[in-house]
Amino acid sequence: MKTFYWLIKREFWENRGSFFWAPVVTTGVFLILNIMGIITFEVFAAQRGISISGMNINQLVQSMDAKNMANIGVGIDLAMMSSGYLIGIVLGIVVFFYCLGALYDDRRDRSILFWKSLPISDRDTVLSKVISATVVAPVIATICGLLGAVAMLLIVMLVAMFHGVHLWTLLGYAHPFRTLATMVALIPVNLIWALPAVGWLLLCSAWAKSKPFLWALAVPVGAGIIVSWFNAMGLLNVSNGWFWKNIVVRSLFSVFPNGWVESQEMTHVNMQGFNLSDHFDKFVGVGNAWSQLARADFIIGAVIGAAMIAAAIWFRGRRDDS
Amino acid sequence: MSAAIEAVRLTKRYSSTLALDEVDFSIQSGRIIGLIGPNGAGKTTALKAILGLTDFEGSLTVLGKDPRKSREDLMRDVCFIADVAVLPRWIRVAQAIDFVEAIHPRFDRARCEHFLARTKLQPQHKVKQLSKGMIVQLHLALVMAIDAKLLVLDEPTLGLDILYRKQFYQSLLEDYFDEDKTILVTTHQVEEIEHILTDLMFIRDGKVVLDTDMDSMGERFIEVMVNPDKADAARQLQPLDERNVFGKNIFLFDGIERAQLEALGETRRPSVSDLFVATMKGTYA
Repeated sequence: MKTFYWLIKREFWENRGSFFWAPVVTTGVFLILNIMGIITFEVFAAQRGISISGMNINQLVQSMDAKNMANIGVGIDLAMMSSGYLIGIVLGIVVFFYCLGALYDDRRDRSILFWKSLPISDRDTVLSKVISATVVAPVIATICGLLGAVAMLLIVMLVAMFHGVHLWTLLGYAHPFRTLATMVALIPVNLIWALPAVGWLLLCSAWAKSKPFLWALAVPVGAGIIVSWFNAMGLLNVSNGWFWKNIVVRSLFSVFPNGWVESQEMTHVNMQGFNLSDHFDKFVGVGNAWSQLARADFIIGAVIGAAMIAAAIWFRGRRDDS
Repeated sequence: MSAAIEAVRLTKRYSSTLALDEVDFSIQSGRIIGLIGPNGAGKTTALKAILGLTDFEGSLTVLGKDPRKSREDLMRDVCFIADVAVLPRWIRVAQAIDFVEAIHPRFDRARCEHFLARTKLQPQHKVKQLSKGMIVQLHLALVMAIDAKLLVLDEPTLGLDILYRKQFYQSLLEDYFDEDKTILVTTHQVEEIEHILTDLMFIRDGKVVLDTDMDSMGERFIEVMVNPDKADAARQLQPLDERNVFGKNIFLFDGIERAQLEALGETRRPSVSDLFVATMKGTYA
């Protein structure tokens, strides 16, 4: 246990920039951009008297009925989550390249010879990298996301107050605590979701003699092209869409959080913009998030991911290229 | 005395070349063995097999264990430095010490700091800022602070200046070595380790061509300084090697009676490097 703790610590030392500073800076930049945007909008509104449906903003807000206010509440929830969205993209990029390098970089610079001179099993080494990719980095990113969400809530409330909307009225329609709880609850969901990509990227990292990035990309994309080609000739009866989505994209990009949200649900939310709350409720909330884990693509993906991690451990012990 | 390392028909084949060719050897504990061979002879492959870093054919037992199956276990008792400075570039000196202290049950922090006190290394230094020699100094300090039963050093002093090299071998002998430890070392700077070795192993083209302790080596191999008038008589005895220094011929003999050679001229024990050169003749031919 002590060894494992120090292995995790080692990963954090090595990747402090991408695990810690990347989400922190992203959160900061996101907040600054939002504040700049709001100020710009307010200045324009004050100078030119921007109006919607013949009302200025203050009148607009005051004339809203309960349904509109509920949508504003969901809007606040979305605003809170929006910082997490951007951080999630950064996290996905960080984890993608971390996994590709995790079992390759030390072979290339031969520092593997130092690590292997210590009493550490290959299993613990690989698992410490899995945990770093699926727990350490996402937890740090989520903490940044939570702070960003609270900051966004404060900003929205400040702007609302500026326009004479009562604070508690607005908060009554939003669900700040549920939103924050959802962001935390999504960590294990995204962990399970990411296993196939983490497994595949680590496997390439442990196996490739050189250019793990190329291998990681070429194998699934090549497979996708071959499947599509056979389909086009009528020799194979596998849905192209299914294969690309569940094999190619999943094996590479499920390190990006919340990729499991079905795209039709997302478009649904966007298309029916003015009836947000019903559809939004469908995938927000701790229970809703965790119920995803029963989905077949989660379970099968997790099993395949675990198998690829086991293979990465095996290659870590056998690859001999120095 | 028990065998620290026991190899039987140890063989390692890379796709086209035979790096180790059915090698047998046995290394007793409490010895300091020099494994000497030209480039590409199979030294590093042998060490990698001993350290569980590569697969092989034949049988190999290190401290009673199979290095392939129980590398993690073995590394509690075995320490090694590979041939170049291989510390990770991102790590700080203090982090490296903290990490090894946390991971290795036999690491002694005070000893490590004692070794580092002789160097210019500072805790906040990152490895990538250090010169190659300083990285080696750090690595040596880390390894020498581990109370291992078997220490494997593959070109440990590459890139170090002669002052530090001398000091290193001195402290290896004085501060580190005792009768419970075994040290296996390879280097091209044979002269520098000659005086600390108890055993000598020459390896060439994947085969062990000489495996002896230093005392027997002195009895078996004899160098004679012969005046030119007796040179022909000396050549009759089929010397391993002949050189000419200041008008005298120096012959190296293998397994000829000392009394017989003393009649030819002044005898002495050959240096390991002269013996090496004579044994490896034609390697690059």
